[in-house]
Amino acid sequence: MRELKILAVVVAFTLITYWGVEPYAHHEMHPEKPAPDYTFKDLKDVRNGKTGNAEAGKKLIVEGFQCQSCHSVTVDGKKLGNSIESGVMTPDLTSAGLIYNENFLAAFIADPAKAGKVEHKFEDGGAHPMTKFDVNYDGAFTDVDAQAVADIVAFLKSAAPKQMTNKEVFADACQRCHAIKYGDMKGGSMAAFTSDKSVKDYMGKLPPDLSQYIKSRSENYLHEFVNDPQKHLDGTAMPRVGLTQAAEDQVITYMAEVGDSKRAERNELGPKFLIYFLIFAVFAWLWKAKIWRDLH
Amino acid sequence: MAKITKANSVGEWFDQRLNTTTFNKVMMTEYWIPKDINFLWAMGVVLAVTFKILVISGIFLLMYYKPDVNLAFDSVNYTIMQEVAYGWLFRHMHGVAASVIFLIIYIHMFTGIYYGSYKKGREMIWISGMLLFMTFSAEGFSGYMLPWGQMSYWAAMVITNLFGGIPVIGDALVVWIRGDFNVADATLTRFFMLHVFLLPLAIMGLIGLHFYTLRIPHVNTQTSEELDFDAEAEKYLSGDKKSAKVIPFWPVFLSKDFAVLSVFLIFYFYLVFFHFNFAMDPVNFDPADNMVTPAHIYPEWYFLWSYEVLRGFFFDIAGIKAFDLGLMAFGVANGIFLVLPFIDRDPDILPAYKRPRFHVWFWLLLIDLIVLTVYGKLPPEGMNSWVGFVAAVGFLLLFIALPFVTKADAKARGAV
Repeated sequence: MRELKILAVVVAFTLITYWGVEPYAHHEMHPEKPAPDYTFKDLKDVRNGKTGNAEAGKKLIVEGFQCQSCHSVTVDGKKLGNSIESGVMTPDLTSAGLIYNENFLAAFIADPAKAGKVEHKFEDGGAHPMTKFDVNYDGAFTDVDAQAVADIVAFLKSAAPKQMTNKEVFADACQRCHAIKYGDMKGGSMAAFTSDKSVKDYMGKLPPDLSQYIKSRSENYLHEFVNDPQKHLDGTAMPRVGLTQAAEDQVITYMAEVGDSKRAERNELGPKFLIYFLIFAVFAWLWKAKIWRDLH
Repeated sequence: MAKITKANSVGEWFDQRLNTTTFNKVMMTEYWIPKDINFLWAMGVVLAVTFKILVISGIFLLMYYKPDVNLAFDSVNYTIMQEVAYGWLFRHMHGVAASVIFLIIYIHMFTGIYYGSYKKGREMIWISGMLLFMTFSAEGFSGYMLPWGQMSYWAAMVITNLFGGIPVIGDALVVWIRGDFNVADATLTRFFMLHVFLLPLAIMGLIGLHFYTLRIPHVNTQTSEELDFDAEAEKYLSGDKKSAKVIPFWPVFLSKDFAVLSVFLIFYFYLVFFHFNFAMDPVNFDPADNMVTPAHIYPEWYFLWSYEVLRGFFFDIAGIKAFDLGLMAFGVANGIFLVLPFIDRDPDILPAYKRPRFHVWFWLLLIDLIVLTVYGKLPPEGMNSWVGFVAAVGFLLLFIALPFVTKADAKARGAV
């Protein structure tokens, strides 16, 4: 009985200390942020409620140059245009309709700096390397532009693959700036697509390698951060990329596959160890009881 | 030369040459421990086993770890954690054991304080134990540097900087410790050497010394009863095990230790597999970067109380700079436990509940250390700084008060 009382005291003090240095301290150091918003409510509907026409959108992309001059895109199995280094490597648009939220995509085409929440980067002059969409070059965002944006978004959605692997989503969403070298340590294929120098010039510093971000940041943090980088890093040069919840889940799953590749093995082996030591404990206590029986 | 005859068994062959029967008696079956003990007396064996886990897992890690600023991070987080079969298991076991061993050390230490097992002939047990605490601290600190993550780098930066506060030789000392003007490759390789060679060697030597110091004064009991070990041992050997107040180390004492150990191991392996972040700080999974200071720099949990004693003095007092005050307090905090046997002025060994004033002192100290630990991690702003200051001053006051508190207890009991 006395031993149990002592044990209770030891456990209580241990738990209080643990609570103080872990949950409580982390709560104090990292105040909670609002949950991710996958509808991007802060962006107004640039399409003005217009219904997009995929065929018209296709025509704009295939025949026009506003997208193709800087972006590659695969239409009907044929690759058009090329990715170029403009600030950073421009994204291939083929998967855009699947991985980006469509309202965000529309808002981004209309005003990239605003949708990406990086207007602060251009306060002292300069402009986002992707110009605001202006289909008839009249210098304003009119109803004609709104319809064209709606058409392009409709086309991108219809032309996008129906599903992608986690790694493919990561490559399209993150890898233009970020390396994740543990994804292919020997081959080196998971380096960032943009050269170190260019991305450094454009972003101000080299974006971090994401190999261990699944460990250095909590999953919760990653979701909040990818959804809106400014929330955790006020003033960061990283743009909001507007991933859908499903695409973001895929990105973070990929980061876990690369950065915590033994998670499944760990979770599988753990219970076996515990069962082994449980059995060991039973025998240890029985042995103890046997030996001490003669002593009292 | 001893008389050697033809041996009838392997055991006898060794016995003739190594006197193993006597050795076994001295070390095991007739090494007498008091019977009146509780599970806290098992912490020594729990510590020995945890240290063994650290050595073995450390040997496996050592086969793949690369002590070089360009290679260290990846050798730990890629090679060991992802490539090597069960490398992750050894790293988790090593990291978690390194953290948990301090929990057990603190329990062991406070058991000693509570039952007064550090005086009246037991001073050397206490002192060798505190030397172990210090070498383990150095071992923990040097090991934390090896993955070369952000916290490795910045903790090394902050802690080595402290030596700069020492008068006259401070600046030179910092460079001497780092092997460079900055925390750099030379720092990593020397702390690697300390971690895998010199400090483990010192620890093993000190463990031997610590065990040896127990032989003459014997282990204390729950009630501090003074035993005639020879008479009690005779009773036990004659078969009167029930009334004998002693038990042999093997198998009786160890059977209880193993039972306690089994519970500890369940707890430990639960942490290894399912709850390891407390021992492997997420910040340290960012590679070291001398251009980016982490938002919050803090040591591992077991250093937080002394770190907060250092940080608690955040304003100048009487013309002495806050940094110097903190450093002096930090020096006191790290040395004061070593001299505990000499500032306790009560001549008798008694458990704390039989020393009313000391009893209060004991719980106040424990609470103060927990407050220091918790606030040692929190950002030092506003209210937090003041709580830290009060707790740091409280810590110093408690030790200033100890000689008077213990003396008063002795007087009230009529012992002096």
